[in-house]
Amino acid sequence: MKAALIRFLPLLLIALLWEIAPRVGLVSSLALPPLSAVLSAWFELLRDGDLITNGASSLYRAGVGLALAIVVGGALGLFMAWWRPVNAFLSPLVELFYPMPKSALIPVTVLWLGFGDGSKILLIFLGCMLPVTIGAFNGARGSERVLIWSARSMGASRLRVLWDVVLPSAMPELLNGIRTAIALAFILLVSSELIVARQGFGYLIGFLGANGSYEGMFAVVLTVALIGFAADRLYQVLMQRVLQWRE
Amino acid sequence: MSAAPTTSHLASRLGGIALGILPIALLAAGWELVASSGLVTPFMLPKLSAVLQRIYDDALTGELFINLGLTLYRALVGFAISVVGGVLLGAAMARSVPVRWFFDPIISVGFPMPKIAFLPIMVLWLGFFDVSKIAMIVLDAIFPVVTATVAGLNSVERELIWSARNMGASERELLWQVMLPAALPQILTGLQVSLPLCLIVAVVAEMAMGGYGLGGAMNTASRFADSRGVFAGIVEIAAVGYCLIKLMSLLRRRLLLWHQEALEPTTA
Repeated sequence: MKAALIRFLPLLLIALLWEIAPRVGLVSSLALPPLSAVLSAWFELLRDGDLITNGASSLYRAGVGLALAIVVGGALGLFMAWWRPVNAFLSPLVELFYPMPKSALIPVTVLWLGFGDGSKILLIFLGCMLPVTIGAFNGARGSERVLIWSARSMGASRLRVLWDVVLPSAMPELLNGIRTAIALAFILLVSSELIVARQGFGYLIGFLGANGSYEGMFAVVLTVALIGFAADRLYQVLMQRVLQWRE
Repeated sequence: MSAAPTTSHLASRLGGIALGILPIALLAAGWELVASSGLVTPFMLPKLSAVLQRIYDDALTGELFINLGLTLYRALVGFAISVVGGVLLGAAMARSVPVRWFFDPIISVGFPMPKIAFLPIMVLWLGFFDVSKIAMIVLDAIFPVVTATVAGLNSVERELIWSARNMGASERELLWQVMLPAALPQILTGLQVSLPLCLIVAVVAEMAMGGYGLGGAMNTASRFADSRGVFAGIVEIAAVGYCLIKLMSLLRRRLLLWHQEALEPTTA
């Protein structure tokens, strides 16, 4: 308890400074509303239901996009590692598209699917797929030949080997790829909602900022940041759980 | 006699390159075919040739170079600040207990946050121009550099440090001549994570704020339903991203010539 307090004391100090600096007029309270005002704005938004409805649609978009990216991207990576011709054909394309800044896709997805959920889901799916693919590919390629040979010689079918040997041994790198994808999903979600949306966290941030209710804007920004942080921490715990068998 | 293996080596290399280009050529041909077949409207997917024509026209008027230059300027200034600041902060954290105590929770809480959400706050504080965009880029791109520097410096072998101390190296010499070079592979990995982030954030900031720059041009094109302009932007941004990342991995290989990893066969 005491150790944790000492460890997180700097964050408390920053929070304290945030509260005091605008109160004593060190910075304008327009530019930085005191923390207590931000917190009360947060409760206000929660009571109005604005935070819940916008948050729900943001999390829905991120969740569906990520799920698609993990399933399709993971399958693609496994098949690339498993079957040579697929690899020969897809790896130049992966190498071409992987370095592309995914935010460039925001206007196109809007062009194709409009302002609603569809365009954000497509964006997150396309943007998050390749890190998962590369993780799965590297992981599956690193699976030990001896394990595959023994499974085959004991009569396992090729699909059985893929499922029972290759996938588990690809797991650590696959899970790391998914972690990158989760971080990317939040970046893409918020930026696409800031640029074009009629709902969602990003929209709410832009809306409150444009109306000059900066306490509310800071409250939503903090909410998004904390959700992103919590998602990463939860995922790490889950990852350790899944990988427990590896000692 | 000695020419034979060289030519066959060259042929196999050329074959490898052709094999790599083939899927890309197929994709380009597929794009052109689908776009001209009438399956989709030109608004949804303009022809590749029309998009390339558009890029060429923009290059002739000079607009392409203004936008490209501004985006690169913002992304690279942000990257430079992140590298210098990140390595300095990382080195300070690795060597001084109070600095580490103060920044460690900030870094570990701040790294996984989607910092792009702070964009409107940056605009509120620093205005609509370059300063706010570059500040946003640094806020996003500095974290991987700091964590990589701390991890790299902490994993330098004790024996190296002991021997350097034993031979009379001062603290400053120890840092610059032993610790930083030994940590360089990890630091460069951090930079390789940070550089694409710089481009992503530069493009998003330009899109959200408008004005010049590749992202701003795409935003304008999409507002005017100019789909050729949007696709031209994608091709340009993809090309910039590809070149920057290739340059970064070349730089890594050049800087780490002395390191074991340069001896391993690379696929890049």
